[in-house]
Amino acid sequence: MLPADPQGPPPDGAPVGRRAVLGLLALGVAGIVGGRVVESALDRVVAPVELRDPTGLVSLLPAGATFRYYTVTGPVPKADPVTYRLGVTGLVGHPLSLSLDDLRALPQTSLTKDFRCVTGWQVLQVPWSGVLLKDLIDAAGPTSAATAVRFSSFDGLYSESLTLEQARRSDVLVALQMQGKPVTHDHGGPVRMYVAPMFGYKSTKWLSGIELTAGVQTGYWEQRGYAVDGWIDG
Amino acid sequence: MTPVGRAGSAIRPRPQFTRFSRAERWVHRLTAVLMLVCIGTAAILYNGSLSLAVGHRRQVELIHVYCGFALPVPMILGLVSLAYRLDLRRLNRFTEADWRWLRPGRRRPEDRVGKFNAGQKINSWLSSGSILVLLISGVVMYFVGLTPLAWRTGATFVHDWFALALGLLVIGHIVRAVKDPDAREGMRTGSVSAYWARTEHPGWASEFEDHPPDAGLQE
Repeated sequence: MLPADPQGPPPDGAPVGRRAVLGLLALGVAGIVGGRVVESALDRVVAPVELRDPTGLVSLLPAGATFRYYTVTGPVPKADPVTYRLGVTGLVGHPLSLSLDDLRALPQTSLTKDFRCVTGWQVLQVPWSGVLLKDLIDAAGPTSAATAVRFSSFDGLYSESLTLEQARRSDVLVALQMQGKPVTHDHGGPVRMYVAPMFGYKSTKWLSGIELTAGVQTGYWEQRGYAVDGWIDG
Repeated sequence: MTPVGRAGSAIRPRPQFTRFSRAERWVHRLTAVLMLVCIGTAAILYNGSLSLAVGHRRQVELIHVYCGFALPVPMILGLVSLAYRLDLRRLNRFTEADWRWLRPGRRRPEDRVGKFNAGQKINSWLSSGSILVLLISGVVMYFVGLTPLAWRTGATFVHDWFALALGLLVIGHIVRAVKDPDAREGMRTGSVSAYWARTEHPGWASEFEDHPPDAGLQE
């Protein structure tokens, strides 16, 4: 059955719906422009609670310093810490194959720096430590043809590159520790890159190989539109 | 009048009132499918355990992003339908009686709920407003060259919290629908029983009488 008057009665009441939608839009835009400040303040309140929360429920909230786990393949197999080897190969005089113990025996460098994703999420003041990439490159002795470094991952797909100049910076680490503990599998352990001045996609997880090359080869996300030089632009 | 027989009422066809047009039901159906895909992929992208179990971030992200871009499209296309526009008008308007409806202790006998009650109206505003905010913040996050990094951080913050709120709203919407088979029938078939309409939406049910008391006064 259709109503007597298909148009229904003329509108009654105030257009509160329109106001509510416009209000939400204004709130959303204000949050985009000024949300970083609010988020930092909120993180300072929530992060200590989250650390002491026995139920783990607080971690479901989008607050507190939380990493997001980016995996471009299916589940990544765990590396065996005994048989793990990091290769330093390509245009070098002395190719290396380093075990975890070899890496731990090298001089360690610690940095406490922010981790920023190009999409906007960030974890502030993360303590990292490991071997300077520069030290590994120098130990392998790049030939005069080498101008870039390519990283590969034992996830079997991910890759990244830096120019040799970028790779020799003193804030580019082959990280063994994160937040005071060995880098866990979920965070890309046992060995991952940490390229402090660049966005997170430049910091290859589940690192398995470092190859000196004659030119920069674009990495996984760079083939999908991200900048090859992933400088954090502020 | 469409005779719809149900177990127990097969002797006499129950009177049915047309509640939603075909266009409206398709808008609802498509929006629901896109919303559920967005929620499912969002859970994978956001939750650490799910992210690690599923992986394939690029593919999951693309599904999420394109379903997100498509999410407002059925609602925009719906605007070509007169029935849809008329219902938007009803959802938009909020009366004193609607404010009282929100606090059951203050409801008055003469407050007769129209086609949509105050809760349904508010749900429609919050859902459509949140979808717009999620679309805008999603665009800022996805097209990384568009804005400064601080805005992308703000957009991530906004997207997370609006998604959480909208997710809860959708769950609430589904829970209410599960509890009300007649309301579901209205969205599935387009019509509801006159009995349900008179009980839940008496102001609207009276529009189906030959001489609606309200319309008579105004014309």
